[in-house]
Amino acid sequence: MRPWFPLFATLCAGLFAAKASAAELRLEVDIPRMTVAEYHAPYLAFWLKHSDSGEVVPLGLWYDDQEKWLKDLRLWWRRTGRGQSAPYDGLTGATRRPGQHQVDFSALPALADLPAGDYQLMVEAAREVGGREVVRLPFQWPVDNARTVTAEGDTELGEVMLHLTP
Amino acid sequence: MSRSLITGAAGLVLTGALLLSPAAQAHKRWLLPSHTVVSESQWVTVDASVSNDIFDVDRPYPLKALEAVGPDGKAATVDNRLEGHRRSVFDIKLTQPGSYRLTLPGQSHFLSWQQDGETQRRRGWSGAEALLAELPDNAEQVALTETHSRLEAFITVGAPNTKALEPSGQGLELQPITHPNDLYTGENARFRFLVDGEPTEGVEVEVVPAGTRYRDSQDHWTLTSDANGEITVNWPGAGRYYLEAGYADDRAEHPKAQQRRLQYLATFEVLPL
Repeated sequence: MRPWFPLFATLCAGLFAAKASAAELRLEVDIPRMTVAEYHAPYLAFWLKHSDSGEVVPLGLWYDDQEKWLKDLRLWWRRTGRGQSAPYDGLTGATRRPGQHQVDFSALPALADLPAGDYQLMVEAAREVGGREVVRLPFQWPVDNARTVTAEGDTELGEVMLHLTP
Repeated sequence: MSRSLITGAAGLVLTGALLLSPAAQAHKRWLLPSHTVVSESQWVTVDASVSNDIFDVDRPYPLKALEAVGPDGKAATVDNRLEGHRRSVFDIKLTQPGSYRLTLPGQSHFLSWQQDGETQRRRGWSGAEALLAELPDNAEQVALTETHSRLEAFITVGAPNTKALEPSGQGLELQPITHPNDLYTGENARFRFLVDGEPTEGVEVEVVPAGTRYRDSQDHWTLTSDANGEITVNWPGAGRYYLEAGYADDRAEHPKAQQRRLQYLATFEVLPL
């Protein structure tokens, strides 16, 4: 996180803090099944990008404790990963096998301080001897009405659904 | 992403309980000559690496077993062997017209068993006996797999010939119909796969164009050898290609091994015309 971000958050805090604390930000991710000879579960990274400021809020990382491959999440690595070290910011966990997975970011402290604005939730997947893909889900914060934002990956990610509740 | 267990060839065709043992997992391994088609005698340098980045080095590949064969079928001169931290290197002296073959053969064993309801796995490069010695008394469902691999690359001075490319009749080998140093854009290449010297159907082949580090997809394609053991490779463009072929049968050398896995890995350079 860049040093000026907490200040920005503090300045804006009065605008949204009460509302944001109860909001739900939950993701459903489909990891596609591959018919390949050599399959390794992909590494996945999740973060928020503020559309205007470009400010990045790390949300989570699924990896297998092998830092060697983290740079292959190239966008996440450049935006936030390379400035971090374990434990990585957000909800971290092991890689997931193909199928539907859920991850609920609602309780992350970073969301309680999240400035109002237009955001993209970024999901990046990178698979060894496979490919890399980034999917973007735009949304507004704070959330006014319950809504679901959907995006579809082409290769490394299937359907990704962001469930937002005020 | 990767575990150290190694992985194998593209879509091995297996049967029954042998299917899907993790022994099938291996990193990509390759030999990369600095030049494959040259017009006079000279030195050529070769990288050898275990690396999924085609063809960017990652880890050294042991050179002890290296065979370098010249156009006359005799051993060629190799110098400057180095097993570095991220790659192995050697130079080969090309002294006569014709085609040189570089081969790095390898053998490993994979052992799995059930013990107290849990699956145990071991992989070893020091022979089957060393692995079998690790078996506890109460091991059940013991399965031993024998893996033979063969890394190859080819270099030609002047016109290609095939003396150095004659098959040994052992394991999985590539028999050129199109010479591996006669590959040009706009032309298909035809290769035959031999298992113990016999053309064999059902060899699974994966081809990956160089440069995987700089793109978001492997861009690989897969082929299966036909009834004559043959495949046709349609190169999408000039450049270097990684080819990995795999086959499995029950003709293991070790009497306790139920399965033999064969891997053939080669590097090809396709030139623009």
